[in-house]
Amino acid sequence: MNEILEKLQETFGDRVSISQSLDQTVAHVAAGEIVSVVTFLKSQGFRMLIDLSAVDWLTREPRFDVVYVLYHLEHRQWLRLLVQVGGEEPQVPSIAHVFAAANWAERECYDMFGIRFRGHPDLQRILMPDDWQGHPLRKDYPLTGTDPLPPLVRE
Amino acid sequence: MADTELGKVDPETGLKPMVINLGPQHPSTHGVLRVRLALDGEQIRACEPVIGYLHTGIEKNYEDLTFNQGILLTDRMDYLSPITSNLGYVLAVEKLLGVEVPRRCQYIRVLFAELSRIASHLVWLGTSAMDMGAMSPFFYCLQQRELILDLIEAAAGTRMNPSYFRVGGLLNDLPPGFMERLQKFLDGFPAWLREYHRLLDRNPIWLDRLKGTGVITLDQALDYGWTGPALRASGTDRDLRKWNPYSSYEDFDFEVATAQDGDVYARYTVRLREMEESLKIIRQAIENLPEGEWHVDNWKIYPPNKADIGRNMEALIYHFKHFTEGMQVPVGETYAAVEGPKGEIGYYIVSDGSGKPYRVRVRGPSFYNVQALPLLVQDRMLADVVAAIGSIDIVLGEVDR
Repeated sequence: MNEILEKLQETFGDRVSISQSLDQTVAHVAAGEIVSVVTFLKSQGFRMLIDLSAVDWLTREPRFDVVYVLYHLEHRQWLRLLVQVGGEEPQVPSIAHVFAAANWAERECYDMFGIRFRGHPDLQRILMPDDWQGHPLRKDYPLTGTDPLPPLVRE
Repeated sequence: MADTELGKVDPETGLKPMVINLGPQHPSTHGVLRVRLALDGEQIRACEPVIGYLHTGIEKNYEDLTFNQGILLTDRMDYLSPITSNLGYVLAVEKLLGVEVPRRCQYIRVLFAELSRIASHLVWLGTSAMDMGAMSPFFYCLQQRELILDLIEAAAGTRMNPSYFRVGGLLNDLPPGFMERLQKFLDGFPAWLREYHRLLDRNPIWLDRLKGTGVITLDQALDYGWTGPALRASGTDRDLRKWNPYSSYEDFDFEVATAQDGDVYARYTVRLREMEESLKIIRQAIENLPEGEWHVDNWKIYPPNKADIGRNMEALIYHFKHFTEGMQVPVGETYAAVEGPKGEIGYYIVSDGSGKPYRVRVRGPSFYNVQALPLLVQDRMLADVVAAIGSIDIVLGEVDR
């Protein structure tokens, strides 16, 4: 495991920084590098994308952390990748062509946080209705709605 | 959820494929899954699962709940096996707190996790057999599941949403007489397991419908993030209970059921074997159940009991703190995962040091497993879709959250 991390550090230099969080390894990755980092890690045996989601830090700039959880089949360990994104229209390159699992996960992330995944084959809402306004998991999105309920039957 | 163009126009005839909806209200989609299918006769040319009909904003709701209140929501995701969802959540919070629960508590947790694994597999077996037209397994399975729910009720007070595991312990110790009831179930169940085999293993319709249907290779399954019995039917033994043991699973002697074919029948054999292994684990848990405490002895983490509150001022204050602002969890983030009946249930929790979690992300196995449905049914017959959905064993509460 450590060898892979060293290799990762060597290959990407200061665009990747590795740290420990409790008992798990976390790698902070520059937004532009995520596709090459994930492709590299996949070739090193991280065969599974376990999860992809985001955290909204609201007052921080860049505002969002996109969180990738990978799993190594031989070392039997998880690795977390964090990518910081921000700006008016937060954007990350899509990794749906590297891991098929990322397709829906990125759609959910877009739906819930409004983070756009560049190069995603079909980036549209997945859990909320298509005409929904706003992105529910953002911290500035209210917990209870003030608008009247949508009509039961749509025209 | 937009209705995109599905399937291609045949260039020779200029005919469009027929697009039909399977679900969201359809008994064989096991919940409110909607599947859009482009058909050429009875053959499937394109398939698109559409989800979101059971979205209840669970991850959003966590923003306004204390860590202990959050346990309630875990019950409502995988409602066929709420106990394992409880387990993943409390393990994640305990990891952030840096506490380890007493061994008796760990063993009781294992015992209940395996009971609910059997309960979940029984519902899956009953409903998938019913999808294939076999009515009797459904009754025999649900009847046995009822006994497990009775056991859960005896310990937790409720059948379906037990919230039995708490941060730092359990709701209660095992009630008096529990072991006798559990033993009665364990004595009776193996005969029923044989009966399920007898009903289905040599049933020609069952075999014809299942063998060679919904095939997924190991590479594809890994690529789609498949976990649990569905993945193990494609030829790997990735089981977190063995690979990344938690809650003292390393003490137990059991085998991981696998199969090679990756078809619906392989997934059937894996799940049935898993029930046998779960029985083995439960028997060991009973035999080696340690005596002693069943929760951590720390009022900051596990609330004081009622008798203490009446006698002790300090206990009263801690109780008050617990149920107003919630327990204080140190700043940090962690990912904890357990092996549920459907696969890896993971919780990514970020704490900002207050009484409420800053972010709770739930990695539901069904969400990732159902995504590969189009792969399983491409160019197959319409009726195979039903078999394929059943074999993935999805729970929509967990897909949509």
